[in-house]
Amino acid sequence: MGKYIGLRVLQSLFVLFGLSLLIFSASRVIPGDPARVALGPLATEEQVQELREEMHLDKPFLVQYYFWFTSVLRGDLGESLYTRRPVVTDLKRFIPATLELIVFAFLLSLIIGQTIGILAGHFRDSWFDGLSRLISYIGIATPPFALGIFLLLIFSYILNLMPSVGRLSLGLRSSPQITGFLIFDSLITGHLDVAWEAFKHIILPAISLTAANLAQESRITRSSIVENQQKDYITAHIVYGIPTRSIIFKYLLKPSFIPTVSIMGLDIAYLLGNAFLVEVVFMWPGFSRYGVTVMLNKDLNAIIAVVLVIGVAFSVVNLIVDIVVSFLDPRIRLQRKGG
Amino acid sequence: MPEKEFLVAALSKRKDDFLKRWYYFSRNPLSIVGLIVLLLIFLAAALAPYITPYPEHAGAFTNFREASLPPSLTHFFGTDSVGRDVFTRIIFGYRFSLFLVVVVLSLGVPLGIILGLVAGYYKDTWIEIAIMRITDIFLSVPPLVLALAITAMLSPNLLNQMAAVSLVWWPWYSRLVYEITTSLRQEDFVREAELIGASKTHILLREVLPNCTASILTKMTLDAGLVIIVGASLSFIGLGVQPPKPGLGTMIADGARRLPAEWWTAVFPALAIIIVILAFNFVGDGLHDMFAVEEV
Repeated sequence: MGKYIGLRVLQSLFVLFGLSLLIFSASRVIPGDPARVALGPLATEEQVQELREEMHLDKPFLVQYYFWFTSVLRGDLGESLYTRRPVVTDLKRFIPATLELIVFAFLLSLIIGQTIGILAGHFRDSWFDGLSRLISYIGIATPPFALGIFLLLIFSYILNLMPSVGRLSLGLRSSPQITGFLIFDSLITGHLDVAWEAFKHIILPAISLTAANLAQESRITRSSIVENQQKDYITAHIVYGIPTRSIIFKYLLKPSFIPTVSIMGLDIAYLLGNAFLVEVVFMWPGFSRYGVTVMLNKDLNAIIAVVLVIGVAFSVVNLIVDIVVSFLDPRIRLQRKGG
Repeated sequence: MPEKEFLVAALSKRKDDFLKRWYYFSRNPLSIVGLIVLLLIFLAAALAPYITPYPEHAGAFTNFREASLPPSLTHFFGTDSVGRDVFTRIIFGYRFSLFLVVVVLSLGVPLGIILGLVAGYYKDTWIEIAIMRITDIFLSVPPLVLALAITAMLSPNLLNQMAAVSLVWWPWYSRLVYEITTSLRQEDFVREAELIGASKTHILLREVLPNCTASILTKMTLDAGLVIIVGASLSFIGLGVQPPKPGLGTMIADGARRLPAEWWTAVFPALAIIIVILAFNFVGDGLHDMFAVEEV
């Protein structure tokens, strides 16, 4: 097991190195002069020349990459040419909001998706099963930003039930920052009103972000429940007279959970990518909206950093998922021990 | 004449095959609905300048007297903030979406297939390692993020959007074809072809590739919907089809700024996207059924 994890870590490090090379070279082969783009048309030629030297743009590509790579290893991602702050400072400031949104959305899809899947599988071919199928079709076909707009329109503007944008309403004092997760921070410091506000703000973006995952998870859980229900060991349990509830929760849920966990890596990838859209719709002050802003402003240092952060996050998630699956599924676990 | 008989027999077998496949495909009414909707959308998009009520509204047209009108009989889906017919612009918007699908799939899929075939056939050599590790690198970030970053660096426009989306799309196919190829490599029919002395191109293209067609075709139909979403997402953020051109994502972004008063400028383009994606998914499901039955 240890050897397997070690190998996977090495593989991830290699892939991340490749990603850095890919994205760095993309930033250097683009037409136009990055220094000129950064400073705008009003800067003097001397200023541009100065920045060019600072960014090592006057040196060969590999030398540029070497300088950039060694400073990344020191934890320096350069200065954002748009916000004029070190990129690392910006990232630290914006990442918690996005992390909170993604974690919340992920839990939401897990809990609701599983519940719907179990019910639909148990009452298969009922009206509930049909409804869940219809909803999952629509969930998969609706782009997250479009769903966000529909939800905003219905729940914020027409029904007036939900706040529209941001993490908190204006004028509300935020609780002290500990983890940067607003709901969590305000709960542990006893600011219940802030926690409730933050909860209301996160619901709609989280749903728009995760609807497709939720849809897919419920379908996968449903089909694995249906598949396992027909197996002999379940029939045997029914014949023994074991109550339905414990059959579902004890014997059906566990094998049904494995396919759900194995696609979690893809689920998280989907959330990481689509946060870029949802945060724009709901003006969520997070990392992804920062990403969109720097992209629209062609801020090369920040764009590279944003892609790398996503790459690192995705690699870590995949690593965890692989390890968890191999623990959950005795077939994979034993196979690895044997081979 | 025996030759003619042979030809007739071959043709009628082909016809039977086709009918059998069509039967499996058409058993699910949703697949038929999807197919019809798709054909209609393709037709409407192709004939957009002739069938839309206000073809001149597809570009930088303004008519402030008719701006921001709600849906009515003269403007089915209302007009936008500068007086352009939303229905007309949606039909033109489909052109960009479908064009993107065609370009991305016809660039990305063949590239992915070739790389996947080669890597799978030369498993355990440096060729496989090189190709598959590069594939891994491209798959190490969600495709949307990579496409966004590349378009942003290249400067946002339609051409760069197509280039960027194609660039992030091929790795999925190389991985898919790679997996099938490695599983087929040891099969007898490949071994026999090798023994006879068939060329590598023959083995890969005539022996291995036909066994990948079902998976590739199904994936392509489902991917068409995904390409449309990614394209619309890029346009929505402002890194794709640039105004005044009527990209569906561009129109939604514009409409989103005018919620809730001018809801129709955002809602109808969004519905248009959902409908075309649903149609592609239904057809994809039908293809899946068709090939799944055949394999049994």
